Parts: sequence; structure tokens; C-alpha cells
Amino acid sequence: MRLRMFLLVMVLAGAWPVRAMQQPPQPPKDFVPVDESAPGEQIPAMPLIGGAYGFIWVAVFGYVWSLGRKLQKVDAEITELERRKK
Amino acid sequence: MIGLAAAMFAVAPFMINNAPSEATMGLVYKIYFFHMPSAWMFLVAATTAGVASFRLLFLKRPNADHWVIAAAELAVLFGALTLVSGPLWARKSWGVWWVWDARLTSSLMVFLIFVAYTLLRKYGGAGSDKLGAGLALFGMANVPFIYISVNYWRTFHPPTSVVPKLPVEMGIPLWFCVTAFTLLYVVLLRLRARLEFQRARVEALYLAEDEL
Amino acid sequence: MIASFLRVAWHVMRKDITVEVRSLEILSTTMLFSVTVVLMFSFGLVSDGRPVDDVAAAILWIAIAFSGTLALGRTFERERHNDTLRALMLAPADRPALYAGKLAGILLLLVLVELVLVPLVGLFFNAPVLAQAVPLALLLVAGTLGFCAVGTLFAAMLVRARSRDVLLPVMLYPMTVPVMIAGVRGTAALFQPAPEPAVAQFWLGLLVAFDVVFVLLALWTFEPVMTD
Repeated sequence: MRLRMFLLVMVLAGAWPVRAMQQPPQPPKDFVPVDESAPGEQIPAMPLIGGAYGFIWVAVFGYVWSLGRKLQKVDAEITELERRKK
Repeated sequence: MIGLAAAMFAVAPFMINNAPSEATMGLVYKIYFFHMPSAWMFLVAATTAGVASFRLLFLKRPNADHWVIAAAELAVLFGALTLVSGPLWARKSWGVWWVWDARLTSSLMVFLIFVAYTLLRKYGGAGSDKLGAGLALFGMANVPFIYISVNYWRTFHPPTSVVPKLPVEMGIPLWFCVTAFTLLYVVLLRLRARLEFQRARVEALYLAEDEL
Repeated sequence: MIASFLRVAWHVMRKDITVEVRSLEILSTTMLFSVTVVLMFSFGLVSDGRPVDDVAAAILWIAIAFSGTLALGRTFERERHNDTLRALMLAPADRPALYAGKLAGILLLLVLVELVLVPLVGLFFNAPVLAQAVPLALLLVAGTLGFCAVGTLFAAMLVRARSRDVLLPVMLYPMTVPVMIAGVRGTAALFQPAPEPAVAQFWLGLLVAFDVVFVLLALWTFEPVMTD
């Protein structure tokens, strides 16, 4: 039950970065803003960041999900075996 | 604890977004907020696997084997996160995907050791718990080497002394993410070890059935 | 206690040498294999009919790594086939001494292979192998010892495992990357037109440190890992 709640929150949490990234970044206080340099010179950062975070979310979520499934299967097996023992 | 970890992860992107842009690297450095905690958890997982292997082999605790498997799998997971997010960041900030310096080389090597461990447990057949423990011990012996190496050899990778000098606006989201990742690691470790314990119980129950 | 340790190790090594000398099977096949590896590299790495520069050190150590893996696998396969490993383990002898004896035997075998390998690499890749012969020999021995120390332990561990043929390289190569790096860089420093013995000495020192750590760790873990 707690595992299912965890999975649910993870799914919802996964939706945030997409929306968060679409907000414009806050103007920096002490640092020189980088967006002033010519866009043609730079390697676009967004696909790299998106790729990095996306991979991390997918990997972690995928692992948690597969772990959850295996745990459910094993728990079911145990209840079945205990039932048969009685 | 599961709820807290999940909640922290939900909040993380907002905190990251509010961190200021750094002068030389701009937006892309924000990969750091997940890259560094991933790297720390990778090393923590490797160390956990080594400690549990020691307990299995030398203190003769058979249950330690469950923790070795769990920690080794998590080392593979967090290692993969680190080794994917790092090059994606490096591409922008250093211009290359990869360099063969001390830290990256040894991180990759320890990652491969734990991948080898996972393969050994899956395909090695009977008795591979002890063998794997030996392998994991050797793997753990390399962990301090990774952490110290960057301080002794010239390298592109930022030295470990960067962390305490961070300004507060960057420090807050960083430590927040470190906490979130630590919680995630602990939760996953316990869940994965629990899976092993449950599987052992299933085997014991089947054996008991056969005997009846 | 050290005397009995050395005696047991010596006996195990002598047994291995005696068995090997009868047929020379492992030595000759490993030697031929290493020659084949070098030949394949020399066919592949050629430009304008001449060998590519600066690859000699790398090829030498790759050939050593491949040949070493083969020799390790074959040696323990022979033990498994005749079930002599169990007899060894049953003997009232110190387990670490058994490990040391096997390590010494395999080290000797690989050193013999290298005696053929080094001149061959020097010939095919224009490497000045005789110019800094002593430092080169030290590097080779230290590096081979490091490689064999880990390899003997893992190969012994895997004797009863399934898929042992492919698991040995999978487990061994990541673990011995430091040895390979140090060996190649040290050897490359010696093969330069203006050799740099100081650099080679640094890498040699590192190799010796690895050897000490790996051999001690292997001696320590051999017993608990091999017990059922």
C-alpha cells in the first residue's frame, strides 16, 4: 500500500520537471547572465539538461516500478504458501 | 520515509530552477544538482556492498548476502545515473563527452565491477554468493581511490574542494538534492533487501512443504 | 609459520610445473595465442606499409592480458577436469599458501610467454625493447604479478561456477584496469625515442603498490571465498 502511494507520488513528481523547465529562469543576482552571448556559438543546453534529467527520472522510476512488481509477486507467493501450510 | 523521499523529489525541480545561472557554464551546470548526489550515492552503495561482503565472508553472517545484492544493484543504478549525466554536462562545459582522467576512469571501472557482480549472481549458478562477495570487496577497495584521485592528478573534473565554497543560492538546492537522494537510496536499499529476504522465505516455505 | 607457508607454496608450484612440463600444452598454446594476437594487431594497425607509431606498449599489454586470461582459464580447467582442486583444498595445508603456489606457477608461465612476446612486439612495431631492458623487465614482472594475483583468485573462485569462461574476463578486466594503465604508460615512457626513466619509475612504484594491495587482499580472501 505504501509502495503504491510512493509510485503514485513519483509519477506526479515526474510531471513537475516538464512544467518547471518551461518557466523562464529567474534573473540572476550576482552573476553575469549568459543569455547575452550569441546563440549561434553555443551548444544548445536544453536537450542536454532534458536528456540528463529525463534519463534519471526514467531510470529511477523504472527501477522502482520493477522492484515494486517483484515485491508484489513475492508477497503474493508467500501469502499463498502460508495459506497452503495452514 | 517513502512519502518524504517522494515529496522531496517532487519539490526538487522548483528549487533547481530557482538556483542562479553560473557565469561560465550557464544553464547546463544545473545537471550538477542531480549528478553529484548520484555520484555520492554510487560511492555509498559501493561501500555498503563492500561492508556487507566483508560481513558475509569474514563474520560469517549469511543474511549479509541479501544486503550485498541490494547494494550492488543500487551501485549499478546510481553509477549509470552518474555516468550518463556527467558526459551530458561535459559535452557543454568541456566540449567533449569523455576524458580518461583518474576520477572518470576509476568510476567507470567500479561501475563495471558491480555490473560484473550482477551478471555473476544471475548466471554463475550455485555458490556465487561467496564469489560475488569477494568481487564486491575488491570493488570497495577502489572507492577511496576514486575520491582521492582527483586531488592528486591533474584533471578537468572539479576538485572536491569546490563544494564548501558554493554560494548559498546554489548550496541550498544542492544539499536538498543530496538529502533527497540519500533518502531515495535508503528506501531502495531496504526495499531491495526485503525482496531478497522474502525470496529466501519463499524457498524455505517450499522446502518445508516438500518435507511434509 | 612462514617456512611452512613457503614450503606448501613451493610444492604446489612444483606440482604445476611438473605436470606442465610433461606436455607443455598450456605453455605452447598460450604462446601461440599471444603471437596470433600480436600478428592480428600488426595486420590491422598499418599505414603506408609501416606500423602505426606509439602503439607498441598498448599492444604488448593487451596481448599479455588476453594470454593471461587464457592461461588462467586453462590452468584451472585442468584442475577442475581432474578434480584435483578439491584434493588440494582437503589437504592439511594453509589455504593462502595454495593460492601463492598457484600464483607463482601461473606467473612463471606468463613470464616465459613474455620472453617471446616482447621481442616480437619490438620487431613488428619498431619498439626499442632492448634500450631500457631492466626497467622494462621490472615493469613487466610487476604488472604481470598484479594481473595474475587478481586473476588466480577469480579463476579459482569460478572453477565450480556456470558460465565461467565468459565470467572470468568480465570480472577480471575492470579490476585490473589500474595495472593495465600503469603498465602501458610506463612502457610507453620507456619506448619513446628519448626514454623517460623517471616517468617509468613512477608507474613502476604504482604497480608495486597495486601488487602489494591485491596480493594481500587475495591471500586474505582466498580462504573464506573457497570454502563451501
